[in-house]
Parts: sequence; C-alpha cells; structure tokens
Amino acid sequence: MKFASEFRDPKAAKALLAEIAQLADRIGATREKPVAIMEICGGHTHSIFRYGLDKLVHEGVEFVHGPGCPVCVLPRARVDECIEIAEKPGVIFTTFGDAMRVPGSKRSLLQAKAAGADIRMVYSPLDALELARRNPEREVVFFGLGFETTTPSTALAIQQAAREGLANFSVFCNHITVPEPIRALLEDPDMRLDGFIGPGHVSMVIGIHPYDFIARDYHKPIVVAGFEPTDLLQSVMMVLRQIAEGRAEVENQYARVVPEHGNAVSLAAIADVYEKRPSFEWRGLGEIDASGLRIRPAYRAFDAEEKFGVGYAGVRTELADPEGCACGAVMTGRMKPVQCPQFGRGCTPEMPLGALMVSSEGACAAYWQYGGARAAAE
Amino acid sequence: MCLGIPGQIVAITDAGRLMAMADVSGVRREVNVACVAEGPLEDLLGRWALIHVGFAMSLIDEEEAAKTLAALHDLGEAQEALAQMAEGDAALEGRA
Ligand code: SF4
Repeated sequence: MKFASEFRDPKAAKALLAEIAQLADRIGATREKPVAIMEICGGHTHSIFRYGLDKLVHEGVEFVHGPGCPVCVLPRARVDECIEIAEKPGVIFTTFGDAMRVPGSKRSLLQAKAAGADIRMVYSPLDALELARRNPEREVVFFGLGFETTTPSTALAIQQAAREGLANFSVFCNHITVPEPIRALLEDPDMRLDGFIGPGHVSMVIGIHPYDFIARDYHKPIVVAGFEPTDLLQSVMMVLRQIAEGRAEVENQYARVVPEHGNAVSLAAIADVYEKRPSFEWRGLGEIDASGLRIRPAYRAFDAEEKFGVGYAGVRTELADPEGCACGAVMTGRMKPVQCPQFGRGCTPEMPLGALMVSSEGACAAYWQYGGARAAAE
Repeated sequence: MCLGIPGQIVAITDAGRLMAMADVSGVRREVNVACVAEGPLEDLLGRWALIHVGFAMSLIDEEEAAKTLAALHDLGEAQEALAQMAEGDAALEGRA
C-alpha cells in the first residue's frame, strides 16, 4: 500500500484508523450493517476519494456523499435561464468556471459561449464589478452560485455596487443554504443516516449553531471538519465515539478555522442583501422549503431576475432529469455512482449528462477520476 | 469552488474599499479584506488568510497556511484556483 507516501502524517492516520476500527467494532458496525456517515460538502467528497479514505476505514463505516456540491444541485432550468440572459443584446455574463460545463436542457454555458454569447469566466464577483466599471455601456451580470461560503462575496459586491451607484451590474442569485437540505434528508423516511461530517468552509461563515437541530431534534451527531485527510479521519472517529457513547452533539474538529459563531461581517452582509425564498428547487432533490436566497427589495436594482424577468421572477418551467440518469438517487446516497446506468457510458467528465459528473466535488466525477487509478493500484 | 486558498497579505491597495494585495503561491491578487478587518488595516500586513473567490475570509497562522496549501495541491484545487485567477484577469481584458 502506498499509504505512507500519500499522507503527510502517516502515523497519525494509522492511529486514527485503528481507533475508528475499535469504535466501529464496539458499535457492532459490519459490512452488511454499516454505520452510514454523510459528508455534506463536495470538498470532503473529493478529499475522501483522493486519499481513498472510504477503502482505508473499517468496513463497517460507509461514507454517503451528500448534496454539497453547488453545481451538482443546480436545476437544468437555471442553466437555461443563464443562457437566456447571456444572449440578450449588450449583456456580458460572468460566472465561476465551475458552472461552465453544467448541462442545461439543450446546451451548457460553454456551448452558448462557443455559439457567440459574451460569457466570461471570472475568479471573483469583484472581477464582474470591475468589468461593469470598465464597460458602462454594457450590462454585466454575475451568476451568484454556491453555499454560505460564497454568499458573502456576492452580498459584499452588491453593497459595493450600491455605494458606487453602478447601474449596469446585477447578480443572478442562485445561492443556497446547507442546513435546510439536511433537514429534508433527515425527514425522508427512506434515508438511513447515523451521523454527519459538517462542511468546514461553510461553517467558517455561519458557525456551528445552525446545525443544532440535527443533534437536538434528530439525535444525530455532527462534526464540522477540515478537508485534510487526517481532519476527516479524526471527524469520523468523533462521530463514532458519540454514537458509541450514546451522545448526539455538534462538535467542531476544525476550530482552527471555524469560529463557534461564524464570521460577523459576512453574516451581516448576507442579512442585509438577501432574504430567504419560500422554497427553492434542487436538482435531484426537488423543492426544499427556505433553502434558497433572493435579493431583498432594497437592492432590487441589482437583481438580474427582476431586470430580465427570469427565474423565480418569470415563468417557471419544471424540467425532468434526462432519461436513465440517477443523479437524484446518487445525491441522496441511495445509489453509488457506478450503479447509475449512464456512468461511464452516456455520462463522462468530458460529456457530462448529469451535474455530478461536472465538478471535481461531484460524487460521480470523483468516482471516475480516482476509481480508475485505484483499480490500477489494487 | 468551495475551498479557500491561503494567501499572505502584502500591501493595502485601497483602504476605502477595504482592498489589499495578497500573495497566493507567488501570484499577486487584489482581495477584499472586509471579513477579516477588525482593527487598523495595517495590522493585516504579513498575515495569512484563507482567500475565497477574491475575499479574505479567515485569518490563519503560517503553519496552517502551509498545510492547507499542501492539501490543496494534492487535490488539484490550488492549481485550479490559480488558473481561475488568471482567467479572471483575462476576462477583464476581454481576452476570454
Ligand atoms: S453518472 Fe451521470 S447521470 Fe448518472 S448519476 Fe452520475 S452524473 Fe447523474
């Protein structure tokens, strides 16, 4: 096993794996009856595959990959709406690169760009602001996408645009929140989850208390974790220890980055600019109550939905997922990516059918990227 | 997209807009420091921060920065973040 070379601290990793095995035995977890631990964040999913943690831990521990990859849960209709905005005369449509290859019902943003729409990949919403300053005769739209980690960046950008009176800048807001889909999964009678690994960088913004309901109302342990392999192993160990001791608490393994109450400036900016939508559509999961954000009326001038009459401000179209694609089942952990009939056939990272194949944070792309290397190594 | 990348704050570029220059793996990038600016901005000089889509989100110590950067390199995320910064620069020039 090339274990030692893969881990910066192999001794710590070995000790944690031994402790995990001991706790798993104590709980009575087996390959047939595993403890199911969901990692919510796509960054964690990527890390778990990169280091093969799912193969290294005791066979009674099963990682269930959660819905925490923002491009993976983006409905196709939203991609179509991006293209609709981008193709309007005078528009410069800006987006994070991750969203470029997400398939819409007919095309992706990348394909629309190739067909002539002015779509530009930017690193930051601040780049979009700068584009608006430099191109006063154009309308610059930023595709606001992501969980609480990215939400403050678009909120602060909108506040800045308001201060400058930049009338040609707007945000197509598709920000989503982490706690609500977890509640939806916990309410699902088919789901069988024993504990959670909580997202690190989202929690750096919101703190650890938004997860209190998981422990209090559903009696499940959750440990907020860093994304280095030993962070993840330690967090698995902490979840198992809670189960073994009959506890259900919110614990913070990543306290070196995650403050208990989050980041005050970020939270204030989010609260100032955004409000909750009554519900929001998630690819694979359907509508989830209060799981998305929209721009408050005070900042309507910077709301692309209002400016262009699309999205929740326009006529909503429900689009079913493509034939034979199992994204929903994979995203809720009911199915492994390889069990999807399209995996590696109709759906590959080069030609993604579902969004879970697009980003390195998506479970299908992670299986694909590291599954081959792993098979060769075994 | 969801993982921040460590950068060292090397200069304040626009105090009014809370903008600073950060050194991210040898690449210079202007970032917003609103989320980490508690005292005078000068106090940030030389500090390390986790930078996420152009915003310094959390101050970290140098050792944590080095470990995080190493992990991001393993995942290919550091390379991706740097490529995205370059793409952002290109977009501003109208080259992309
Ligand atoms: S292989 Fe493709 S179609 Fe199947 S679940 Fe994964 S992303 Fe969806």
